[in-house]
Amino acid sequence: MKSSFKNALLSAVFTVATVGWNVSAHADGEKYVLIEHSPDSETFWNTVKNGASLAAKEVGAEVTFRNPPTGDLADMVRIIQQTTAEAPSGIIVTIPDADLVGGPIADAVAKGIPVVTMNTGTAEQSKKLGALLHVGQPEFDAGEGAGERAKAAGIKSFLCVNSLFPNVAGEQRCQGFAKGLGVELGKQMIDSGTDAAEIANRVKAYLSANPDTGAVLALGPMTALPTIQALKDNGMAGQIFFATFDLNPDISKAIKDGVINFAIDQQPFLQGYLPVITLTNYLRYGVVPANSVLSGPGFVTKDNIKLVESLAGQYR
Amino acid sequence: MTNVQTNEAPRPTLPKDERVKELHRLHKALIRPELGAICGTIAVFVFFMILAGGTQMFALEGVMNWGTVSAQFVVLAVGVCLLMIAGEFDLSLGSMVGFSGMIFALLVMKLGIPVWGGILLTMMLCASLGMINGWLVIRTGLPSFIVTLAFLFILRGATIWSAITFNRQPVVSGVGEVAAGDPIAWLFGGEAFTGLFQWLGQQGVIATFTKGTRMGQPVVSGIPMLMVWAIVFVLVGQWVLTRTRFGNWIFAAGGDPEAARYVGVPVARVKILMFMVAALCAAFLGIEQVIEFGSAASDRGIMKEFEAIICVVIGGALLTGGYGSVVGAALGAIIFGVVQQGLFFTNVESSLFRVFLGSILLAAVLANTYVRRLITGEK
Repeated sequence: MKSSFKNALLSAVFTVATVGWNVSAHADGEKYVLIEHSPDSETFWNTVKNGASLAAKEVGAEVTFRNPPTGDLADMVRIIQQTTAEAPSGIIVTIPDADLVGGPIADAVAKGIPVVTMNTGTAEQSKKLGALLHVGQPEFDAGEGAGERAKAAGIKSFLCVNSLFPNVAGEQRCQGFAKGLGVELGKQMIDSGTDAAEIANRVKAYLSANPDTGAVLALGPMTALPTIQALKDNGMAGQIFFATFDLNPDISKAIKDGVINFAIDQQPFLQGYLPVITLTNYLRYGVVPANSVLSGPGFVTKDNIKLVESLAGQYR
Repeated sequence: MTNVQTNEAPRPTLPKDERVKELHRLHKALIRPELGAICGTIAVFVFFMILAGGTQMFALEGVMNWGTVSAQFVVLAVGVCLLMIAGEFDLSLGSMVGFSGMIFALLVMKLGIPVWGGILLTMMLCASLGMINGWLVIRTGLPSFIVTLAFLFILRGATIWSAITFNRQPVVSGVGEVAAGDPIAWLFGGEAFTGLFQWLGQQGVIATFTKGTRMGQPVVSGIPMLMVWAIVFVLVGQWVLTRTRFGNWIFAAGGDPEAARYVGVPVARVKILMFMVAALCAAFLGIEQVIEFGSAASDRGIMKEFEAIICVVIGGALLTGGYGSVVGAALGAIIFGVVQQGLFFTNVESSLFRVFLGSILLAAVLANTYVRRLITGEK
C-alpha cells in the first residue's frame, strides 16, 4: 500500500508543521503576531486570544497566535526569530525569561518591527528591549498584595501549589505572597506537577504532614481545581484560607460557594486587547502612551463576583 | 519463548535426562519477569518507611493517597504492557486521555447525551482510533513509534480545537453535576464500600475528621472505584497473558512476528487488538478523571504515555517486545506512584522527586536485565 504510506507520512509532516499555530479570520489591514510561552492547552490564554481577536476585529487588523506547543522556551526563541523574518506589522510577545527571549525581541525591534510586550516580564525589561510598552501584572507585587490580604485575615503560614515549577513567574508569586505574610517561603512551595489527581493528592499529602497550614495559594486554574477537590476530600474546604491566581468558571463557582476567598485577576482580556489597539494607533497615527499598563492585580471576591461570572473563561 | 502453557496430563516420571538442567525449586520460583519489580517495590517501601515512618504516609489515608495516583498508572500500564509485549508502542496515549475526556464532556454537556451513552460512544470512538493506529502500523510497516507520535499531536490538537470550537474555552466544566444522578457514572468517579467505611469510622477502627466540613466522617470514606478497576484490569490482563492461548499469541507476535506467522498466529489481528486495548485503557482513565474532577481540560494526560512506558519497563518488560508481565507493570506503577507522592509526606525538597525517579528507573532496568538473563540464558 504505497498510497496509504504516503498519506501517513504527509499527515505526520503536516501535523508537526502546523501544531500550535492558528490564524484568526482574515481581514484587511495590519498583520500582528502574538507569541506566548505556555503550552497549547493552558486555559488562561483563551481569554487573552479573545481580547486580541476582538480588538483586531474592531480595528480591521489581523492577529495570529503562536506558542511553543510543549511550553519549551527554546522553541519560543525560534518562533520569535521566525516571526521576525516574516516581518509582520507588529509583534506582541511575552517575556518569560529575559535572558532567553530578550535577544530575539531586541532583534525584532532593531529590524524596525514595533513590539508590545505583555503578561510575563516587567515594564523595565520591556523598556530595555526597546518595546513600546508592557501590559501585565507584576507577579511579585500581585503575590504580595494577596499575601497582605491573607495576613489581614490572621494567616501565618501557607502552601503554594506551584505547577509552573521551572518558570520564574510562579516562584515570584509565591515569594511575594510569603513577603506579604511576613514569613520565609522555604518548603511551603511544592512542585505539584500537572496531572489533576497528582496535584490533588500532593496537596492532601502536604496538608496531612503540615496540618497547621493556614492558607493555600494556587497559581492558576490548573492547580486550583484539583486543590478544591482535595480540600473537599479532607474536610478543609471553606475552613482553610484559599486564594488563587486567575479565573475560570469553576473558580468563580468556588468563590460563590465560599471555598475560595478570592481570585487574583490579572485581567488577561486587557493583555490581549490593549497591545493590538496600541500597535494599531502607533502604526496609523504615530501615537503611543508614555508608560506601561498594569493590567492587574484585581481581586475577585464574593462581593464582586456577579459581574465576572457570566464572562469567566471567555472575557474574564 | 517464555510462559508457554501446556495442557497435558502429568506424565509418569522419566529417567533423568542429562540434557536438561536441574533447577532448584526456589530458584525456579524466583526467576520470573516481575522479580526485579518485586525487589524494587520492597526497596522503595523500606526506603519510605524509614524516611516517612512518622508521617501519615502509611496510615489508611496516606495509602489511599498514593494508591489513587498509582491506580492511574496501573490502568494505563496494563494496556501499554500488553501492547509492548506484542512488540509495539503507543505514544498517543497521553493525548488520548485528554481527547477522550474532552469528547465525553462535549457529548454530555453540548449534545445532552446521558452520561452512560457518552461513556459508550467515547469508548467506541477511542477503540476505533486505536484500530486506525494499529492498521497504519501494520499496513505501512512504519515503526509504531512514528505513527503514534503523529497521533500524539493530532489528538492533542483535536482536543484543544474541539474545546475552543464547541465551548469557546479549553475547559468544559459542569460535568460533575450532570453525572451525579447517572446510573453508571459512579462506577467511574465514585467510591466502593462507603457503608463499610462509615461503619468502621463509627466503630473507631478508622480515624474520623475532628474538625472541618466533614467532622465525624471517616477520613477515608471508601475505596475509589479507580483502584477497584485497577485491580480488575491487572487480574484480567495477567490471566489473558499467562493462562490463555491468546496470551501466547501476544508473546509470539512481539517476540518473533515472522516465526509466529509461520505457525499460524494472526499477528496483524493481535497487534491491532492490543492497540485498541491500550486506547481503551487511556479512554477509561480520561473519562474517569472527568467524572471525578467534574470538568474536562485539554491539557489532561500530558506525558502520561511516557510515564506508562516507564512503569512497564520498571516492571520488567522489554522495549523490543515478546517479554514482560502485567503484574510486573502494576508493581512498576505502584513504585512510580509511591515515589511521585511519597516525598510530599516527608519534608524533603519536593523538586527532588524527579532525580529520585530517574535513579529508580535506572536501577530497575539494570536489575531486570540481570533477571532476564537468568531466565532466558542470553548473554
